[in-house]
Amino acid sequence: MAQRKFTPGSLERERRKQRILRVSMYLFLIAASLPIVIGYLWLFVGAFTGNLVYGLVPQSFTVENWSFLWDPPSPAWPDIWRTFFNTFFLAAGVTLIMVVVSTSAAYVVSRMYFPGRSMILASTLILHAFPAITLLIALYYILRTLGLLDSLWGVILVRAGLMVPFGIWVMKGFFDDIPWDIEMSALIDGATRFQTFWKVMLPLVKPGIAAIAVFAFMAGWAEYIFLVTFVRDPNSWTLSSYINAIIGNYRFTNYGLLAAVSLFYMFPVLLFFLLTQKLLMKVTVGGIKGGR
Amino acid sequence: MFLLPGILLIFLFFLAPVVITAVMGFTNMDYRFQWNFVGFGNFFRMSDDFLVPKILVNTLVYTFGTLAIFNVTFGLILALLTTSISERVGLFFRALWLLPRFTPPVVYAAIWLWILSPTRNGLLNGLRVAMGLNPIAWISEYPWGVIIVTNGIIGASMGMLIFASAIKAIPRDYLWAARVDGASWFQEVRHIVLPLIRWPLMFITAYQTLSLLTSYEYILLITQGGPFHASEVWSLYAYNKAFSAYAGTYEFGYAAALATVLVLIGTVASIAYWKMFRFREMMAPPRIEVS
Repeated sequence: MAQRKFTPGSLERERRKQRILRVSMYLFLIAASLPIVIGYLWLFVGAFTGNLVYGLVPQSFTVENWSFLWDPPSPAWPDIWRTFFNTFFLAAGVTLIMVVVSTSAAYVVSRMYFPGRSMILASTLILHAFPAITLLIALYYILRTLGLLDSLWGVILVRAGLMVPFGIWVMKGFFDDIPWDIEMSALIDGATRFQTFWKVMLPLVKPGIAAIAVFAFMAGWAEYIFLVTFVRDPNSWTLSSYINAIIGNYRFTNYGLLAAVSLFYMFPVLLFFLLTQKLLMKVTVGGIKGGR
Repeated sequence: MFLLPGILLIFLFFLAPVVITAVMGFTNMDYRFQWNFVGFGNFFRMSDDFLVPKILVNTLVYTFGTLAIFNVTFGLILALLTTSISERVGLFFRALWLLPRFTPPVVYAAIWLWILSPTRNGLLNGLRVAMGLNPIAWISEYPWGVIIVTNGIIGASMGMLIFASAIKAIPRDYLWAARVDGASWFQEVRHIVLPLIRWPLMFITAYQTLSLLTSYEYILLITQGGPFHASEVWSLYAYNKAFSAYAGTYEFGYAAALATVLVLIGTVASIAYWKMFRFREMMAPPRIEVS
């Protein structure tokens, strides 16, 4: 670093420089985030107005866009509430299977020795290298063979199956952190292995369960590609298929309807996101969500 | 007993598909689902496919363009800025950038379809009209730009999170020492932060390359690979060959072969990164135990 002379006022100048740097940082962040902010703002504004003038200026307030709640925009489309229930069913199904399966498997992998243990661990990592998306064709074949095409159960099983390796790794970490002594003392007191798992270990890994449950639920709620590929029957549509149909039918025309249904779909996500974003940020660092 | 459901699920929906994809690539399976083996027929067909060179170029431009501009560079900028300003505001911006990642893909696509609408009701064209200009069909005029920006905004958040936590793990003493010596913010970043987060930078580069190679959900929703295959990437091409409603051919065999090639490309890329970035060193035990 070059030697600096301290003259009267140099501290002042230094402070001003710091302030300019800080302000430009804020300005840059705000400018860069503008597309995101405007995009999500549009969901709210667009849902309650007709077409916007000059892209941004709302003309009048209307609830007409929300008529899909009682009257399907197209006679071929299912009732929105049934669709809503399907979406919830899918998300809950993925969450339940993923949590139960990966928690129990992680306990065994973390605590017991058996032949093939390291192979199981390694294989879950290697499988991670095969992106789900390239397996779509084979999955289609398997579901067809099992007779699970056009059924939400097929999507639930596929999505849960693909998330289980991730769940096992996260939960194994949580189990590994619990000292052996705690489990030992329960066993010495006469608890069976299952009782130890159920009454002693599970309460201790609650944060981990909460984390993977949130992840599984969000993934199930947002599910898109498996759904539109495997499920065509309108009775099994979720909100993703519904919006996909709106985009397909009114690609560049009915923005009000698009915004309203999107907001309807986003609402639980936004709520969830606000409540759990700290938890999510912690887990994303360790684990990885599907695509990117 | 505890393991069984886990093993069953992984086997049925992860391991079996890997094997089936590889085998299916050697058949000419279509909507009738018959296993007619055709040897390397699909791979010869690929080398003759007049679209394949174009798709390959698209894939490379999309993958490395998005990676270089957004997933690494922009992710790094976001991480640096949000860790340099006040903790709470930084957290707010990081949460904001994380939001698209948790938004259902259809909703995210809907937002962009509105922003990029070719009619005057979209955001960009609305602004153009306000300035007295004519609307532009953004998606068909700039397909590459569109897929890079839309995927990049989601992709940047991953790097942002990892870099931010790496930066926060740097001992404060280093930064204070530099500051006492009169280092400016840029010098601090250049000489202290960047060398110390070298590994996360390399990891994100390698990991996100693979992610981008195989992501097509948003492209399918926003440009559908068009106009005329201009933004169609390898993974989307495989998807379209198998499931496209327009072609209606359901060429599962050919599509599986395309998917297999993609996995091979990904494997080669990972090995190259492994060698280039000397990841083995990262795995090596530290020379001095500090605990």
